[in-house]
Amino acid sequence: MALSGLDIFKLLPKTNCGDCGVPTCMAFAMKIAQKKAELSSCPHASEEAKAALGAASEPPVRLVKIGGGNGLEVGGETVLFRHEKTFFHPAGIGLEIRTSQQEDKSLEHIRQLEGYQADRVGEVLKANLFFISHDSTDKAAFLRTISLIKANTTKGLVIDCPQEEALTEGLELLRNDRPAIYLRKPLTDHDIEIAKSFGASLVITSSSYQDLAEQTEKARQAGLTNLILNCQGTGLGGAIQDNAVLRRSALKKSYKPFGFPLFTRIADGDGFETLAASAALLCKYASVIILPRFDKALLYTLFTLRQSIYTDPQKPIQVDPKVYAIGDPTPDSPVFVTTNFSLTYFIVSGEIENSGTSAHLVVCDTEGQSVLTAWAAGKFVPEKIAKFIKDIKLEEKIKTRKIVIPGFVAQISGELEEKLPGWEVIVGCQEAADIPSFVKSVNLV
Amino acid sequence: MTFEIPRETNPGKIVEVTIGATAAQGGTRSRSVTIGGSTALPFHFFEGHQPHRPVVAIEVFDKVPAKYPDSLREYYQDVLDKPGEMARRCVADFGAEMVSVRLEGTHPEKGNRSAEEAVEVVKDVLAAVEVPLIITGHSHFEKNNEVMKKVCEATAGENCLINFVETNNYKTIAAACLAYHHTLVAQTPIDVNLAKQLNILLGDMNFPQNRLVMDPLTGALGYGLEYSYSIMERIRNDGLAGDRMLAFPMLITPGPECAKVKEARAVEKDYPQWGDERRRGAYWEIATAMSLLIAGADLLIMDHPRAVEVVQKQIGEMFHSKEEGDHGALRT
Repeated sequence: MALSGLDIFKLLPKTNCGDCGVPTCMAFAMKIAQKKAELSSCPHASEEAKAALGAASEPPVRLVKIGGGNGLEVGGETVLFRHEKTFFHPAGIGLEIRTSQQEDKSLEHIRQLEGYQADRVGEVLKANLFFISHDSTDKAAFLRTISLIKANTTKGLVIDCPQEEALTEGLELLRNDRPAIYLRKPLTDHDIEIAKSFGASLVITSSSYQDLAEQTEKARQAGLTNLILNCQGTGLGGAIQDNAVLRRSALKKSYKPFGFPLFTRIADGDGFETLAASAALLCKYASVIILPRFDKALLYTLFTLRQSIYTDPQKPIQVDPKVYAIGDPTPDSPVFVTTNFSLTYFIVSGEIENSGTSAHLVVCDTEGQSVLTAWAAGKFVPEKIAKFIKDIKLEEKIKTRKIVIPGFVAQISGELEEKLPGWEVIVGCQEAADIPSFVKSVNLV
Repeated sequence: MTFEIPRETNPGKIVEVTIGATAAQGGTRSRSVTIGGSTALPFHFFEGHQPHRPVVAIEVFDKVPAKYPDSLREYYQDVLDKPGEMARRCVADFGAEMVSVRLEGTHPEKGNRSAEEAVEVVKDVLAAVEVPLIITGHSHFEKNNEVMKKVCEATAGENCLINFVETNNYKTIAAACLAYHHTLVAQTPIDVNLAKQLNILLGDMNFPQNRLVMDPLTGALGYGLEYSYSIMERIRNDGLAGDRMLAFPMLITPGPECAKVKEARAVEKDYPQWGDERRRGAYWEIATAMSLLIAGADLLIMDHPRAVEVVQKQIGEMFHSKEEGDHGALRT
């Protein structure tokens, strides 16, 4: 929990010596509270002050990294609801590889996930992790699976291996790769030692809150901070409540043992149930989601949901400002103009498509604002629309000289015609849903 | 550090709304459906009550929607233009707890069917199934009002859920609901204040609180879902915090919204990274429904039988922890 300026002032020497570069202790305290100064600037700060401020500046939910280099960072969240600010670090999505399965099968799954990516609204969507589940007693198979993954992917790795010897040998193969170790059993001193010597993070599991807290405390006291929590409640209902309890404890009660990202492994089932459970838990604080099998349609759907939930609510998703071909337009097809707020674009392009008409859709840069907002803010006004149409050389590409503007900005039609000599401006409908009937009733070319 | 579960108790409670009327209640339904009544966030059984499961309705039509997706046709093709038979299939084969009759075909530009024809369709569905009905109209004010008035009158006493009124057009339909004893959906475009304002306007007409359901508008996954999600979370939080003008059950429409989305139905052949379109059609609807259930949805209008089955099953899973009392971890 953040301390106020006054709380910090009470911890300072109150000598106003100025050694920190700020004239008074009170002013220095205020700067620390605003995160514009750090306590280390004060050469006279007591150990007590350092401890108190250190604890207060610890993030409520730790940012944990899995994998070396450009590994996956999860956690670091500060709010329970995305509308309060935003969720910062999109959940890591991974695939389970079982060592009991045929090696060529494993290789196929590894290559499938490694090779899978999709573009959506300017973002590349892809998976982040592999989860090795050592469900046989064959140590060689376990080591071969690790080698396969190491050779074929740079994604982060989480390892579930109940055999100590196999685990240690496996980790030897992964020096510098900073994997996460999934612990089926309560944390031991040996686990702590292994985590430290290999720089691995730990996934701590339990079906009881108190036990989970005690294990986490043990790890924290040993100096480990790269922890991920997996509370194993019963079914989807249990998992949702567990995540709510753990995250709320961390954020609202500053309960340090639960100030870590949350781990979810989805039980094998048909894809429909897998997706349903993943979708619910993605919304309810899961920082890592491990899927039981590779399914492109499922990944694409879940990635799209992740993109939605982790979008900053204060920054609208934008599409590139340019001319979009809807259907199969020719130089004589109708021309529509709108803003580059992604929703506006999706709805308008979808309804033009629904109308069965092929058209050119001119999408102006309004910094992601919708039609009326952009108009009010001076970003969707005749001058700018006309300039954009000139800049993209629309007149060289198409022959149509009629342009449809959104009905909500009917008032700009006269001025836009002045700014676009040779063009006729047609006032369209107000609601995108009416585009199909509008297209039928007006001659647009 | 001894751990204590951080339970929060809320001053507010979501209004309980009952839809449908049995013979004893003046209608012909075999049972009615009750939604709402929550005193905590969705599925937070560790700190409050959620007495009623979210309910899933499947929709039938007076006119087959343009571009109806192929992934749905395989389930409904032979009954798409027979709303009564389609409704029977939705209930008997696909587990629909309610049926929504969409009267889009009465829109002047989408068929311009008459109010009398609409009444026939609704009566056909009423006779075909015993579950409560949702009657879904459209945004052509004048025609919608005429149709809904007639439908309300013809189904007097059935306590249908009349879907929907909006801020610029609520008086006629709300009055018809009052006169013929139906429940009403107040629809507003993804905005907390507009939602509240319409509920207040309806309150000014003395519209009873326990006959009101809110529709803050559903954006399909990838098409505004995040806006719907956050508006619903805010509405539910405010309602529980004691804002009585936001403490109503919420309706979402994953079915019809996802049916419009290209990403849910485009074929894998054209978009290899999107995967098998037959599964994806259901997946899209499931992801939309599950996330909005977390945000506070109480009533869902859906289309895809597989999506309905799985969402109902997962609602059951989430309610399981309620039925067995505190689950393992909560006993600590």
